[in-house]
This record gives sequence, structure tokens and C-alpha cells, in this order.
Amino acid sequence: MSFPWANHYAPKHPAMQWIDERLPLPRLVYNAVGAGYPVPRNLNYFWNFGVLAGAALAIQIITGIVLAMHYAANGDIAFASVEHIMRDVNSGWMLRYAHANGASFFFIVVYLHIFRGLFYGSYKAPREMVWLLGLVIFLLMMATAFMGYVLPWGQMSFWGAKVITGLFGAIPFVGEPIQTWLLGGFAPDNAALNRFFSLHYLLPFVIAGVVILHIWALHIPGSSNPTGIEVKGPQDTVPFHPYYTAKDGFGLGVFLIIFAIMLFFAPNYLGHPDNYIAANPLSTPAHIVPEWYFWPFYAILRAFTVDFILPAKLWGVIAMFASILLLFFLPWLDKSPVRSGNYRPTFKMFFWILVIDVLILGYCGGAPAEEPYVMISQLAAAYYFAHFLIILPIISRIERPLPLPGSITEAVLAKHGETAGEAQPVAAE
Amino acid sequence: MVRPIGALVGLGFVFVLLFSLITGAVNFIKEPPAPTVEHEFHLHPKKLDLASNGPLGKFDRQQLQRGFQVYKEVCAACHSLHYVSFRDLQAIGFSEAEVKAIAKQWAIEVPSVNPDTGEAATRKAEAADKFPLPYANDVAARAANNNAIPPDLSLMAKARHDGAAYVYSLLTGYQDQPAELLKHFPDAKTGAGLHYNPYFANLNLAMPAPLVADGQVTYADGTTASVDQMAKDVSAFLVWTAEPKLENRHATGVAVVIFLLIATTLAFLAYRNIWAGTKH
Amino acid sequence: MATLEQIQPTDAPEGEGDGVRRRDFINVAAVSFAGVGAVAVALPLINQMNPSADVLALASIEVDVSKIAEGQSIKTIFRKQPLFIRHLTGKEIAEANAVPVDSLRDPQTLAERTKEGKEQWLITMGVCTHLGCVPLGAGEGEVKGEFGGYFCPCHGSHYDTAARIRKGPAPKNLEVPEYAFKSDTVVQIG
Repeated sequence: MSFPWANHYAPKHPAMQWIDERLPLPRLVYNAVGAGYPVPRNLNYFWNFGVLAGAALAIQIITGIVLAMHYAANGDIAFASVEHIMRDVNSGWMLRYAHANGASFFFIVVYLHIFRGLFYGSYKAPREMVWLLGLVIFLLMMATAFMGYVLPWGQMSFWGAKVITGLFGAIPFVGEPIQTWLLGGFAPDNAALNRFFSLHYLLPFVIAGVVILHIWALHIPGSSNPTGIEVKGPQDTVPFHPYYTAKDGFGLGVFLIIFAIMLFFAPNYLGHPDNYIAANPLSTPAHIVPEWYFWPFYAILRAFTVDFILPAKLWGVIAMFASILLLFFLPWLDKSPVRSGNYRPTFKMFFWILVIDVLILGYCGGAPAEEPYVMISQLAAAYYFAHFLIILPIISRIERPLPLPGSITEAVLAKHGETAGEAQPVAAE
Repeated sequence: MVRPIGALVGLGFVFVLLFSLITGAVNFIKEPPAPTVEHEFHLHPKKLDLASNGPLGKFDRQQLQRGFQVYKEVCAACHSLHYVSFRDLQAIGFSEAEVKAIAKQWAIEVPSVNPDTGEAATRKAEAADKFPLPYANDVAARAANNNAIPPDLSLMAKARHDGAAYVYSLLTGYQDQPAELLKHFPDAKTGAGLHYNPYFANLNLAMPAPLVADGQVTYADGTTASVDQMAKDVSAFLVWTAEPKLENRHATGVAVVIFLLIATTLAFLAYRNIWAGTKH
Repeated sequence: MATLEQIQPTDAPEGEGDGVRRRDFINVAAVSFAGVGAVAVALPLINQMNPSADVLALASIEVDVSKIAEGQSIKTIFRKQPLFIRHLTGKEIAEANAVPVDSLRDPQTLAERTKEGKEQWLITMGVCTHLGCVPLGAGEGEVKGEFGGYFCPCHGSHYDTAARIRKGPAPKNLEVPEYAFKSDTVVQIG
């Protein structure tokens, strides 16, 4: 691929040669995630999360296809069909819990992947396209997850659908027609349930398609690395296979252990009890909350409580969408030529403030809409916007980065030189 | 151009948010929100120890059978159990014949059609049937229960925070309204046809205390049927109705986690092998 | 150590001397475990397509046959498929017994296809053994075929009064499900 010293695919077995001459698919795989893809030798465990996100997508698609064999997208029997899966379908309880918790784990992994990118400046030139496609995946995931949560047709499903489509109602003039159009009615019902099911089945495959583009775009410049320095020669890289397949295999094992513990011993921990009550259009739950992975955005939505030129509700909707859309401009907001946060002391400090800020937003988004949570989320939301739109551009101008190592290999050797060198066992990271 | 526009947009959001914050803070100081009676007097569920608790929990089948008896004799007249089938009872230790007998003798019959006239009729329940609904529809359920629909109990243990403990606490939590409450919140006096219970979300529920006297049911296994015991047993039973595959889940989980621990250890060793000699 | 070791794009990339075999073994073991795990995951994914507990629960039914007069038959549903219960007349029994068993495509006597002492009750699936159509002959006024039993209109299979295949493409007699008389008038099927 991109580096001249990459291994070349040379099938030994005649059958593989035969295939390769007619359809070079094995070659494609070899160059994409095999020995033909040179990767910086110094990636740390945070670089595992891309592969883990792919694994989570695979888990969701496989369990989802299987669940669709038993699920009935009809308002009268959707809830009962889920209970049928839980009680009567062979291993149905396992499949459904895997799918429900799989969604949460997909988001956990993707959030870590995003914050990895934020810290190490993976969004910067020449990898902007990788970042932009990643954001597209994230948006598609959010849409898919939202619609999937509606399908069990419990109380939170129903009221979540109502509240989220209600956000569109905040748009002036066209808002209400749009909401009615989205739902195919004036409240969530069969029409909405069926279209959500249809799209919930479709979008994961769109995600898979964009994932391929995401990886393709990544392979043009090659993977970034914790130093943020570009690869300079063959000594800086190792082939993806077996080096990173082995490391990702280990990472996948750890991921699956945590996933299995949740799935088998606390499968409802991340869910909401109200969703075990069948949808009831006559009774609103005391406290409507989305799934945890939407909480930071939900907090931003609710932080706008005062009409100022525009109605507060519209401010909330605009800000919630803006909080994601601004990430599309990140490569041009942060113009610092240094990528890695390790060499940017000021940036690093603000990065960790951002992490804490988002965690606070998440906590407030899951809490009831009362004081002090509203005030805290107003402060936290203000910091969120200030961080990306004001602080980052300023830092990238005034910050004095630490001296960068000459090359990836130099950085690696320096790390081992500082610790007692050869005698020490090679630390995992 | 991106950065100046971005800064303006950012300042805009920050300004509106701070404006919201200040307005909110001023309002908060001017009119601090009055404490609500629910906030002051609602109680979290009492602790309830069940054999099914914990990551390795198993059901106590004797207790589930007792709980089923309480459900049958006390709850079933008003509360449905509509996601559970009679045949499922075999999982809590009833034989096939016993299940058939239970279904056949169930007080509520299953809606059916008269084979000769085609008119609506009812028939005896069979093992394959779900527990029949006590009311024909919501209107009938409301009409018979002071305008409050008795909820289905199949999933109750999962449909409330700490569900089993909640059911237990609710069943044993009926009491008179505290004088303290009436002193501070004179408007919160429990209305006619309602019953005070601090474990219920809004403190007053339509259901009168269902378990009122020790010995209300007679347990076949000789356990003393105190109110507390009956409440515990029926809560345990509802854990089972909500999650009948719990034991299966725990057992599978143990096997899966052990397998994954071994596989991951091997994966780690293989990773170390492959990287041996490559500094990184 | 400023240069990297040679990197070989194989499963056992490096290592010289005594450690090689043990290291290879660990790599192979790790991959094998992954394979076993994949198979273990595949099992529930395949098994979920088998009939679920509620479907299996319907697998036995009880039918009251007291209202079926001699010469009449009823169609009912068993495992989502039609089931014929036929009260044979003496003439029909005699006709069935008169046929030499050896001459049949699927040799069976009437006695083998009914319960002892209840030979007038012919209980069979209403599913033609050719391609699964529902044969005629159980309903009032339906064609009973050349042999007075059942006739499948799809491809012209004729069954006799013991529901045995006599003419046409069907390879087997109509299937007799498992059943037992719980009393003189109640049959449990399945």
C-alpha cells in the first residue's frame, strides 16, 4: 500500500493464486488488515478500540438479524413478541440481552475511540477524511440506536420516540409537519414502529459500508501513533498481521470478558425498568431519560431554559445538533502542527477537563431535570462549546509544544533507554 | 474563516447558556422550589434477601411454589400474569400432571368460541395457555378497581428499581399517614379510596393492603404463613416470572467467563510471543 | 539495537532456539480457542431457529370423537396441519381388509393403522405424502376417489378406506400420528 516496504501478497497455494488472478479479494484483505499493511510499531492499547468497534458492529448485526426472525413490528404485539423471545425462543434471552447490551458496548468502545482520536490529534491532516467518516458513522449509530430502543415498545420506547421526534417540532413553521411525517401520525404508533424497524434493519449495513470507507481513508496515509510523528522508514513499522492481529485478539478477549459479565450477570443494569412496562399512551413515566449514551447530548438539550430571541426549546435542539456538528470542523479549528497531546502540555490539560466535562454532562443528562443538575449542565455545556470553538483555536496558536522525538523508532528506544533497557522485560505499554 | 465563525458561534452558545444559568439561579434564590411530600416521605425499598440474588443466585423452588400459591389465592383475582404460561410452572417444580390440574382448576377461564353457535364463550385453561386475564379489557379493570388498572405482574420485578424488594416493601409497607406528614403537608391527606404506603412512588395507591393476616393462605409445606413470609414468597415468585431463565443465565455466564479468561490468557501469551524482541 | 529484527509475515514470526516450539504451541492454542469459541457461539444462533417452547407446547391435543357418526369424518388441526378423524363403516373396514397387503405400494394392514378394538377410528394426517396438499374426502360431499377413501386433487393420488395409497404419484400412505384413546370418546393426539 502506502509504504514502499510493505509486504507483497504472493499466494503460494495454486488455488489462492487462481482466485487472486480472477478476484483479488485475498490481496485486498492482505493489504488492508493483513501482513501487507505496515503499522507504526508503537501503538498503545488505545489503538485497540477501532477493531473492537468493528467487533461490536458484527455482534449487533448478527444478533439483530437473528432477533428479527422472532420480533413482530406491530404495536399490539411488539412488546409480547420481545417477551416471547425472552421466554420461549431457544437461547432467545441470551440473544436479546447480547443485542441490548451490545449497543451499550458499541458506544463505550466508540467513545473511547473518539477520545483517543481527540487526544492524539488523529483528526489532523492528512487524516481529516478518516475523522469525518468516523463522525458520519457516529451519527448513523445514534439514529440506529434510537430507533432500536423504540422497538421493544415499552414505556421508555414510546415516550422516547415521542420526545425525540418532538424535538423536530421546535423547528419554526415546518416543525410540526416534519414531526407528523416522521411518525406517520400524531403520536408514535404502528406506522412509526414499522418504519423504525425497517430503518433499524437497514442502517447497520450503511454503517458497515461507511466503516469500509473509514478504513480505506485510513490506509491512504496509514495509521497515526502515540507520538503523532509520521512514519519515516521500515524500522518504524511492523506488519499488521501478526503483530496487531495478536494484540487486537488479546484486546478482544478483554472486551468480551467485560461484555459477558454484563450480559450474564447484570443484563438490565444499563437499561431502564420502565421499558419493562408495555407502552401506554395515557401515562407518561415520571422521569423520561434516553439510554446512557445519549445523556451528554440530552443534558445540552435541556440546559437551555430561557427564551432569548429564539424559544428555549429551539436553542436546545440547535445546540444539541451543533454539539456534534462542530466536531466536523475540528480539523480546521485546531491548527497546531503537533498531533499528539503528549507533546502539548496546555492542550493536554484542557483535554482532561473536557473528559471530566463530558462525564458531568452525562451524569446531569441522566438525572432529573431539577436543580442543581440544570445549573451544572449549563456550566458544563458552556465549557463544551467553549472548549472546541474558543479554547482549542487559541491554544493551537499560543501553545509551545514540547520537543518532538526524531522518529517513532527513536521514541521507542528512548522509552526503553530510560527504563533499565535490555534487562527489563518489555512492558506491554 | 472557520475559526472566527466558530468563535462567534461558541460565544453565542456560551452567552445564552450563562444567561440561562443566571436566570435560573436568580429564580432559584427568589423562589426556592418547595420540598414535595414525595421527596420527603417516599422510602426506598427495604433490603430483601432472596436465593436468586447475586451473580450465582438460584431459585428456591419451595419458596417459588409458596409464592405461586400466594399469587393464586390473593393476587390473581385482580392482577394478570399474562406473559407466563401454565406450562412454565413445571420449571418451579410442579409435575406435568400438577400443571394440567392447576390450569384446569384455574378460577378464571380462557376466552373462546362456542363451537356450535360461534358466540363468545369461555373454556377451561390448558397447560399451553397463558394465565388468563381477570378482566375483559381496561375499561372493565378500571370500573372494578376504583378507576385504577391493576398492572400485570409478569415483569413487575424488572419494571421497578430493585423490583423484588419493591414488591416486598410495598406489600408490608401499608401504614397510617405519619402525623409529621399531615403537619407539614396538610393538602397531602390520603384521599378516599386510596391507601398510604411510603414505598409507592406518589405515596397513595388504590390497592388496599392485600396481605392482612397471618395464615391468610395455608402453605402445603408447613411454612408459617406470616404476612412477612407471604410477601417474601410472592416477591420471589415474581422474580421468577420476570426472569424465568435466570439460573440458565447464571450457569451459562460462569462457563462463558471461565472460557474467555483462558482464551484471553492464551491470546495475551501469543501476543507477547509475537512481539518478543520487537521493542514498542 | 537501533535496527529492528527481520520481520517475517508468517504465523510464527521470530524466535530462535528452544523457545520456538513452546511459542508456536501457544499461538496455535490461542487460535484454536478462538475457533472453539466461534463454534460455541454458532450453536445458539442455529438453535434459535428450532421450534420455540410455545410451539412445542401445542404439540398435543385432545379431541372428543363422540359426535362423529359412522361414515362421517372431521377435519381438525394438529401441529398447524390438517388432521382427519374418520369413523369407518363396517363396509369400509371390510373393503380395506379385503385388499391383499402384498399388492400395496406401502404395505400395511388396517389393523396396523388403527388401535386394537378401535378399528373403526381411522386417524391420519390430512397431508398428501406426495407434495403436501390436503386430500379431499373428509368433508361432507367431497370426492373420495376411486377407492372410497381420500383423493388428492393436486396430482391425482387416490387413497383407500385405510388411507393407503392405491393410485397416483404419492409414495406413502397418509401418515398416522401418535395417538391414544384416553376414554371411549376422547383421543389424545401427539
